[in-house]
Amino acid sequence: MTTPNSWTIAAAREALRKGEISAVDLTMSCLTAIDAGDGLNAFVHKTPEIALEQARAADARLKAGDAPAMCGIPLGIKDLFCTKGVPSQAASNILKGFKPEYESTVTTKLFDAGAVMLGKLSMDEFAMGSSNETACYGNVVSPWRRKGDTTALTPGGSSGGSASAVAADLCLAATGTDTGGSIRQPAAFTGITGIKPTYGRVSRWGVVAFASSLDQAGPMTKSVRDAAIFLNAMSGHDPKDSTSADIAVPDFEAALTGDIRGKKIGIPREYRLDGIPAEIDALWQQGIEMLRDAGAEIVDISLPHTKYALPAYYVIAPAEASSNLARYDGVRYGHRAKLAQGDGITEMYEKTRAEGFGKEVQRRIMVGTYVLSAGFYDAYYNRARKVRALIKRDFEQVFAAGIDAILTPATPSSAFGLGEIASADPVEMYLNDVFTVTVNLAGLPGISVPVGLDAKGLPLGLQLIGKPWEEGDLLNHAYVLERAAGFVSKPEKWW
Amino acid sequence: MSIDIDTARKVAKLARIRVEEAALPELARELSGILGFMEQLNEVNVEGVEPMTSVTPMRLKRRADVVTDGNIQAQVLKNAPDAREGFFAVPKVVE
Repeated sequence: MTTPNSWTIAAAREALRKGEISAVDLTMSCLTAIDAGDGLNAFVHKTPEIALEQARAADARLKAGDAPAMCGIPLGIKDLFCTKGVPSQAASNILKGFKPEYESTVTTKLFDAGAVMLGKLSMDEFAMGSSNETACYGNVVSPWRRKGDTTALTPGGSSGGSASAVAADLCLAATGTDTGGSIRQPAAFTGITGIKPTYGRVSRWGVVAFASSLDQAGPMTKSVRDAAIFLNAMSGHDPKDSTSADIAVPDFEAALTGDIRGKKIGIPREYRLDGIPAEIDALWQQGIEMLRDAGAEIVDISLPHTKYALPAYYVIAPAEASSNLARYDGVRYGHRAKLAQGDGITEMYEKTRAEGFGKEVQRRIMVGTYVLSAGFYDAYYNRARKVRALIKRDFEQVFAAGIDAILTPATPSSAFGLGEIASADPVEMYLNDVFTVTVNLAGLPGISVPVGLDAKGLPLGLQLIGKPWEEGDLLNHAYVLERAAGFVSKPEKWW
Repeated sequence: MSIDIDTARKVAKLARIRVEEAALPELARELSGILGFMEQLNEVNVEGVEPMTSVTPMRLKRRADVVTDGNIQAQVLKNAPDAREGFFAVPKVVE
C-alpha cells in the first residue's frame, strides 16, 4: 500500500471526491515526507500553516460538492513564483528577505481551484542553469542514484527542486518554468513528466523574469494525465500579461484518447548528434517503434538550423536577462550592500549587484550587456534574432507539410554528478539544452516523458514537440508514449 | 572576437557589477569563450531575414489608458532596504 504523498493528482482527485481521504490527511502525508526529505534540499521555504489552512478550506469545498480538479491537491511551488507573504527569491541572495505583497497569476489560479501550497522549491539562481548548482540555498540532490554508487547526482535544472520533490514523492506535483529546457531536462533526469506549453498559454505575471520572450511556466507531474489536469488549471488569458493569449483553453484531459492512428510523427535528422551515448539513440529508436506500433506514421524530417539554436539562445537569453535583472539595484527590494564612507549611488549599485548575484548570473548579465552594447548590437543580438526567425520557420515548414508532432531525445545524457560539469567550461553546461532550446526559440509546446532506464539505472526521457496551441494533441501523443513505455521505476529511498 | 581586460572592465561597469581588478583577466577569458561559441552564428545566411520580434503572430491586447491601481504606498515600500517618510531612500545623487 502506497502512502498518499506518492499518489498521482488523478488518483488523489478520485479519493478526495469519494471521501476516502481528506485534503488535510493528504497534505499531512506530504508534509511528513517533506520533513523526512531534507537531505534532498528541494523545499527551501516550507509553508505548513498555509498548507493546512488551504487543505481545510479544500475539505469544506469537497464537502459542499464544489471541488474543481485541483481541489485539495498538495503542490510544491518553484521559488521563481511570487507568493504573497512567503519568501520568493528566485534562489538568489539579491532577493533575500523579499516577501511579495502580491500573488502571481499562476498561484492565484491554482489556489482559486483549491490547490494546496506545501512550500517553495529550490532552483538555479534566476533559472540560469541546468544542474541546480547555482542556487543560493546550495545544491538540490536528485533522489536517484547510480546502481551500487552513492554519488550525489543533479536533478537537472533550472526546476531542479521541483523535479527532485516530485520524483521523491514529497508532493503530488510542482510548478516549473522553462526558458531553454528548465522543465523538460530536470523531468527527464528524474523520471517524471514535464510540459512547457506554447508561449502565451500561461500568464507570466508575478513570475520573476529571466528572458521574457522565452519564459513559460508549466507543470511537473507523475503522469501525462496529471500534466493535462494541472496545465488546465494554470492556463488562460491574463489582462496583467499582455503576451498571454486571449484564446480559449480546451479541456486537455479530454484530449487523452490514446488514439494517434494516422498521425504523422517527424524525426528530425539534425537531432542525431555526434558523441551522444548509444543508449540515447537506442531509446529514441524504441520511442519511434512505440508510436509506429500505435498506428502513427513515422516521417524523416529536416530542421536545418537546429545547430544554431544554442548559440542564438545564448545571445538572446542573456540580452533579455541583462535588461530584466537591471531592476535589482538595492533600492526597492532585497539586498543592499553596506556602503563605505563617501560611496555614492553608483557604488551602491555595483556593490549590491556584486554581492547579491551569483557567478553564473553575473556572467550572463555581462554577456547580455556586451551583445546589446553600441557597436555589437547588430553583430550579435540582431543576427541572433534573425537566426531565431529561421529556426521558427524550420518548424513552421514541417508542420505545414502535415507533421503532427516531433519526437526527439530530451537530454544528451542521463543525470550527471553534482560538481562534475560545473567547475569546467560554462559552454559545456549549456550543451544540456541542445534538444530543448529550439522549442523555446520557436515558442512551441514541448513535453518530456520518462521512457526507460540506462545501464546505470538512471531515468531517460523522450521529448515530443507539438504545434502552437495544440497542447491537447501533444499530450495525447505523450499519453500513448507513456502507456507504451510503461515506465514505473522509482528511486530507491536513501534520504 | 576576443575580449580584452579593458573591454571586460567596461562591460562590468555598464552592467553595474563591481569586479575587482584581479578578477578581470578571468572574466575576460570566460566572456571570450562564450562569445567564441556565438561566432557560429556567422555561418548562417541571414540575407533578407527580418529579426524576430514577436513569438506568436498576434497583436498584443490593448486596454484603456486609465488608472487601475493605487493607494498602496505602504505595500510598495514594504520590501525596501531603506524607506523614509514615504520614499525610497538612496545615497546622495546630486551634490
